[in-house]
Amino acid sequence: MQRQKILVLYTANSALDSPVIGWSVYDGTGQTRPMAGDQDEPPYRTGVDALKDGWRLIQAAQLLPHARGEEFDLAYLKYEFFFEQLVEVQP
Amino acid sequence: MTHLPLLNAQQMAQFVARGFLRLDGVVPEALNAQFLQEMGEIAPPVPGRGLMRTYGEMLAKAGVPEVAAGTPLDQAYEDGSALAKLVQLPVVAGAIRSLVGEDPIFDHHFLHVTFPPAYHEASGGENVSQHTHQDSTIDPRTAFDVQIMYYPHAVTREMGGTRFVPGTHLRRVSEVALGRYQNIRGQQHMVCEPGTLLFIHSGIWHGGGVNLSDRTRTMFKIRINPNPRSSRTQVRQFDVSTLVPQNQQRPIFYLKGPLPPSVEQTLMTPEPWFEQDTGRLEFLNRIRLWRYLTDDPTYDADYWLTRVENLAEV
Repeated sequence: MQRQKILVLYTANSALDSPVIGWSVYDGTGQTRPMAGDQDEPPYRTGVDALKDGWRLIQAAQLLPHARGEEFDLAYLKYEFFFEQLVEVQP
Repeated sequence: MTHLPLLNAQQMAQFVARGFLRLDGVVPEALNAQFLQEMGEIAPPVPGRGLMRTYGEMLAKAGVPEVAAGTPLDQAYEDGSALAKLVQLPVVAGAIRSLVGEDPIFDHHFLHVTFPPAYHEASGGENVSQHTHQDSTIDPRTAFDVQIMYYPHAVTREMGGTRFVPGTHLRRVSEVALGRYQNIRGQQHMVCEPGTLLFIHSGIWHGGGVNLSDRTRTMFKIRINPNPRSSRTQVRQFDVSTLVPQNQQRPIFYLKGPLPPSVEQTLMTPEPWFEQDTGRLEFLNRIRLWRYLTDDPTYDADYWLTRVENLAEV
């Protein structure tokens, strides 16, 4: 039986080898309980380092044009990459 | 003319750039003790008893008044109460005046208590940190509210503390829509001595840390609005005599060494989490906020707005 672990990395630009500036982990195995504020240093220096460690990239944020009149508005982090690992667990 | 100790230009620039002002141990010990005494005892954990019930009973018993939103701040608290004394402390009143101006308005307050593991074990709930969020709702104003976070007792790292991300306050987000972000480079945790105050811009991203100690953690928050009926609202309310006239722009990009400290240097200092491109937009937004607070629509730092406002084609 397999369960999914999810790693979300936020990077400094759209390149997967740019520095990680934010991160989250969600553990479907239930073996750990990651939560907000639990780590002050990123688990990987870049997204590519996560690939080297066996994480599979499953989604990357799109690059979207800037709507006229809203070019300077800032909201959510822009460069978001979702990774997964499938972990074998005992039924 | 006021005799209050106002914030100087450098402190204001720090607030504009980073969205917070931290004043460590400025509340006298006697006032911290009075506040905690007025809040009352918190009931010990009882197996099977829900934490919301414990919290509700604590709020009902605590010596905090119900205050209507929109009340003038100077009428919110009964004279002699710990909270009245707190907002009347010169260092607090001076910071409030500097940041939101004369005759500020009470928005709301809340007694935040974070419970240690024994309470969660007794109630059957999970002991986790609060998702990162921005308070209230989407706020497109340049004007801003200030929130005072008051820590009446020492806070250790084990107790969690308020987590916040410096420099996030100019992002227009919708409350806990950003709850997906667990950790952001440069995040800070409020570990502090008793009587510490954290003034935050109402837009800053923050959340309560998980309490893994063996005692409750108390923080009291007051949200304050600038008064739209005041003639000067929050513009030029800090100590403007400390502003250094800007005779010309600084050299940019090609520099032979570090530039000296200045308001511009503060406004142009990035946070560790800044994206490489939007970090520049953060600079633009900081300059716009500085223009507002100084009532100087031509102000610029490092040419960022001058360049995009150059309408040569017209």
